[in-house]
Amino acid sequence: MSSPNQPDLNPGDFASSEINYSVAQGRKVFGNVMTGLVLFCVALALLPLGSILFMLLTNGLSRLFTDFPSVFTELPPPPLVDGGGFRNAIIGTLVTCFIGALISVPFGVLTAIYTVEFGQGNRLSQFVRFCTNVLSGVPSIIAGLFAYGIVVLAMGTFSAIAGGVALSVLMLPIIIRTTEEGLKSIPREVRQGLVGIGATNFQGVFSVILPAALPFVATGVTLALARAAGETAPLLFTALFNQFDARSLREPTATLSVLIYNYAIAPYKNQNELAWAAALIVVLMILSVSILARTLTSRKVY
Amino acid sequence: MMNSSTYSDAIDNSAAGHPVIRTENVSIFYGNFQAVRNVFLDIPKNKVVAFIGPSGCGKSTLLRCYNRLNDLIPGARVEGKITYQNIDLYDPKVDPVEVRRRIGMVFQRPNPFPKSIYENIAFGARINGYKGDMDELVERSLRSAALWDEVKDKLKESGLSLSGGQQQRLCIARTVAIEPEVILMDEPCSALDPISTLRVEDLIHDLKQRFTIIIVTHNMQQASRVADYTAFFNAEAGETGSRFGYLVEYDKTEHIFNAPKEKSTQDYVSGRFG
Repeated sequence: MSSPNQPDLNPGDFASSEINYSVAQGRKVFGNVMTGLVLFCVALALLPLGSILFMLLTNGLSRLFTDFPSVFTELPPPPLVDGGGFRNAIIGTLVTCFIGALISVPFGVLTAIYTVEFGQGNRLSQFVRFCTNVLSGVPSIIAGLFAYGIVVLAMGTFSAIAGGVALSVLMLPIIIRTTEEGLKSIPREVRQGLVGIGATNFQGVFSVILPAALPFVATGVTLALARAAGETAPLLFTALFNQFDARSLREPTATLSVLIYNYAIAPYKNQNELAWAAALIVVLMILSVSILARTLTSRKVY
Repeated sequence: MMNSSTYSDAIDNSAAGHPVIRTENVSIFYGNFQAVRNVFLDIPKNKVVAFIGPSGCGKSTLLRCYNRLNDLIPGARVEGKITYQNIDLYDPKVDPVEVRRRIGMVFQRPNPFPKSIYENIAFGARINGYKGDMDELVERSLRSAALWDEVKDKLKESGLSLSGGQQQRLCIARTVAIEPEVILMDEPCSALDPISTLRVEDLIHDLKQRFTIIIVTHNMQQASRVADYTAFFNAEAGETGSRFGYLVEYDKTEHIFNAPKEKSTQDYVSGRFG
C-alpha cells in the first residue's frame, strides 16, 4: 500500500493507534470560558470609545449637515445670532499644529539619530532618553505655561507662534520615541555592511539608515500631530482665542479645541451646537491622521 | 601552537612577493576575556586563505581585526601588531574608515542596503570618491560577481527583492565596486543553498586574480575547494578556565588536508574531532 516515495515501514514502527483525538472536556470548557472573558474585556474597553463616537455623531452630525458648508466657511457668530461656523478655528488648528511640527520634527529626529546612531548608549544619550521620558510625562498645561513664559511674555501678545511652541513641547517626545524605534529596527547586518564598505557613520545614517526608517518617522509625526490637534490646555493661554480670522501669526488665534472649550460652556444653544460639530471635526481629523500613520508604517522596509 | 611563527615561514612568499597582511603575535580581548592568543600569520598577495576551526576558536574575531570591525564592539582590544602593506593598522593615526575602504568585507548573512540594485553598488563607490562612469562600474562589478545577466533588466528594483544567493553576490559586487585590495569573507555561504554556494565559490576563484581573499568557513570541503592556504584554529581552556582560540597550523591547503603536522588538525579535517 505504501506510496513509491515512502520508505518501507512496518506497522510495528508506529505506536499503537489507541489515541484519543478529541479534546478533553475540562480543557474545552476552560478554553471557552477564557475566550468569553477576553471578549467581554474587549467589549468593555471599546465601550467608552463607542459611546463617545455615538454622542458626537448624534449631537454634531446634524449641525454639520444642516449648515453645510457654512460651518466650514463662516466665522463664529456673536451671542444670540443664529448660524455661523468656525473656519478661523480650523485654520488656527492647522497653523498651530504646523508650527509645532516645524519645531519638533527636526529637533526630535536629530535627537533620536544622536541617541541611537552616534551616542549608542553613552552617558549623554542615556540622559537624553531619561529627559524624553520625563518630558512625555509633563502635563500639557505645564507646556502651555512654558510657552507663555518664553513666547507670550517676550512677544507681549498671545499668538499662533506661542501655541505652536507649546504644542511642539508635547510633540517632541512622541517623535523622538518613534524615530528611535524606527532606527533600532534597522538590522545590525545592514549597519555592518555600511561599515564594511567604508561608510562613515554620517554617510550610513543619512543615506541608508534614516531613509529606511522614514516610515517610522512619518508615523511619529502623524501621531504627534494627532495628539497636538486635540490639546486644549496648552493653547488656552498661548494661542488664546479669536472671534475673527487671525491676520498674522503674531495675533491671538482661534483653535478648534479652545473653541469647543469656550462654546461648550457658553449659555447659548447655537454655540453649544457649534461646539459639538467642532468636536466631531477634531475627532475625524485625528482619526484620518491615525489611519494615515498606520498605512505609512505598513510600508516599512524591514 | 608554541612555535606558530614557523608556519608563517612555511608560506612561499618568493612567488607572491611581500605579504599583504602580517599578523604578529596578535591577541584579542573582549574586556578581560581573551578570545584569541598569540597568532602569527602572513597573508600572501592574490591568494585565497581559508580560516577553519570549530566554533569559538576566534577565526571570525581575527578576521574582523583586519578591517577594524572589532572597533565597534565596546571593550574589544587588540594586542600585538597587524600590518597592512607595512602600515600598522592599529596605529592611532590610522583612520579605520580608510582601512575598511582598502580591506572590504562580505558578511555571513547577505545584507544588501534597502535601495535599488544599482544604488547598492553605486553608493559604496560614490562615498569612496569614485568619479568615473557609474553605469560602467555597476555593470563591471555585477559581471565580476556573476550577477549581471540575472539582474540587468531590473537594476531599479530593490536589492531586497533578490534571492538569498543573489543578494550575497550583490554584496560581493558591492565590495568589488569599491576596489579594495583585500576582501574578507565571514562564512559567506553559510546562509546559501548548495547551488548558490558553488556559484560563490566559482566567483572566489575569479576574484583571486585581482584581490587577496581571506575566507572564514565551517565547511572543510569549501576550504579545500577555494583556498590556496588554510589556517586551522582551535580553542583551548586557559589557566582561568575560560576558552581562548589560537592558531594550530597554517600551510598550503593540500598539506593541511593531506599531511597535517599536528594531530588536532588531522582529527579536525578528517572529521574525528572531539
